[in-house]
Amino acid sequence: MSRTPASTAAPDAGTPAGVLTAGVAARNPAWIQLLGLCPLLAVSSSAVTALALALASAGVLVGSNVTISMLRRLIPDFARLPAFVLIVATFTTCAVLLMEAYAFELYLRIALFVQIIVTNCMILGRAEAFASRRPVWPSLLDALGTAAGFALALVSLGLVREAVGRGTVFADMDMLFGPGAAGWTMTLPGDWPGLLIATLPPGAFIIAGLLLGLGNAAVRARRRNAGP
Amino acid sequence: MTDLALILIGALLVNNFVLAQFLGLCPFMGVTRRYEPALAMALATAFVLTTAAAVSFVLHHAVLVPLSLEYLRIVAFIVAIAGVVQLTERVMRASHPLLHEVLGIYLPLITSNCAVLAVALLAVGESLSFLETLVFALGAAGGFSLVMVLFAALRERLEHASVPEPFRGVPVALVTAGILSLGFMGFAGLGG
Repeated sequence: MSRTPASTAAPDAGTPAGVLTAGVAARNPAWIQLLGLCPLLAVSSSAVTALALALASAGVLVGSNVTISMLRRLIPDFARLPAFVLIVATFTTCAVLLMEAYAFELYLRIALFVQIIVTNCMILGRAEAFASRRPVWPSLLDALGTAAGFALALVSLGLVREAVGRGTVFADMDMLFGPGAAGWTMTLPGDWPGLLIATLPPGAFIIAGLLLGLGNAAVRARRRNAGP
Repeated sequence: MTDLALILIGALLVNNFVLAQFLGLCPFMGVTRRYEPALAMALATAFVLTTAAAVSFVLHHAVLVPLSLEYLRIVAFIVAIAGVVQLTERVMRASHPLLHEVLGIYLPLITSNCAVLAVALLAVGESLSFLETLVFALGAAGGFSLVMVLFAALRERLEHASVPEPFRGVPVALVTAGILSLGFMGFAGLGG
C-alpha cells in the first residue's frame, strides 16, 4: 500500500471544493497515482461493468472513510492498519451482499472484483492519509472526490474499450438501471465491425497505456502553453 | 492426476493471474523496474500466496461452513492473509536473517496484493478440494513469479530504448505488458 502525504497531495486542500476536486483531477487515484490498477483494467471491458464497480467502490470508500474518521480517536495508533482493513472489509462485504440481492446478473460478471475491493490500495490510502486525521465532513468530501475520480477513470477506459471493441456505447445499461435503460445503447456511426482485441486482456493494457501517454502529452502541452 | 495437471497449467499459463485476470498488478507495475527486487517480490509472494490459500481453505471448511458464516469470508480471509504475512516475517527474521534482509521490505506489501485474496476466494468459490487448492495456488504463484521476472527483464531493456517523452515510464510499460499478454493468449485452449 502506498502512502500519499496529505500535505503535498493538494495545495488547496483547505477548502471543501478543493478537497472535492483534488480527488478528481490533481490526485486522480487511477490515472495520476496508479492505484486500483487491477479493477481498472479488469472491469473496463464495457461501460456498464466499469460503472457498476465504480459505484460499489464509491460506496465502500465513502462508508469506510466516514467510519474511520468517526472512530479516529478510539483506534490506537499501533493497531490502526488492521483496524482500517477490517472496516474496509466490512463495507466490502456489505457491497457484495447488496449486489447479490439487487443486481445479481451484473454481480456475476464482476463478482471477484467486487470482493477484492478490500485490497484496493486507493481506499486504504485515503483512510491512512486523510480520514484518520480529519473530521467526518472533510473525510466525506475527500471520499466523494476520490470516488468520482476513480469512476471517471474507470468509465472513460470502459467507454473507449467498448466503442473500439464492439462499436457500441452504453450497451446493457438495463442490468444496472432497470429495464428503462435498455434503450440507452448507442451504436457508432458507420459500419464499425469492432476490434475484438480491445475487449480482451491485451487490449486493456495497450489502451490504458495509450490513454495514459496521451494524457501526459496533453498535460505537457498545456504546461508549455501556460509557461513563459 | 490429469485434473490436477489441468488446474496447474490453467492457473500457470492459460488464465495467468497477472496477464489474463488482472490480479496483482500493483507489484507487477511497481516493483519490476529492476530485476533483483522483482525476483525477491515474486518469491515472497509465491510463498505467502500458497500458505494463505491453504490456511483460508481450512478456515473456510472448519470454521465458517459449520457456523454457516460463509458471508464473512472476505473479512476472515484478509485476517488470515495478514496473519500469514506477519508469521512469515517473524519466522524468517529469526531463522533466515539473510533472506529476511532481501525479502523483508516486500512482505508487508503482500497483504494488499489482490492476487493472494483472489486465489483464496476462487478456490473456495469453485469448491476445490484441499489438494486441488494447493495445486491451484502453486500454479497461480508460479504464473505470478514467471511474469514478474519476464517483465522485469523486459523493463530493464526498456530503460535504454528511445521512447517518446510522454510515454516514458508507466505508459510504455503498460503497452509492453499488453504485448506480453498477447503472447500469453497463445496458451488459450491448452489442456482443454
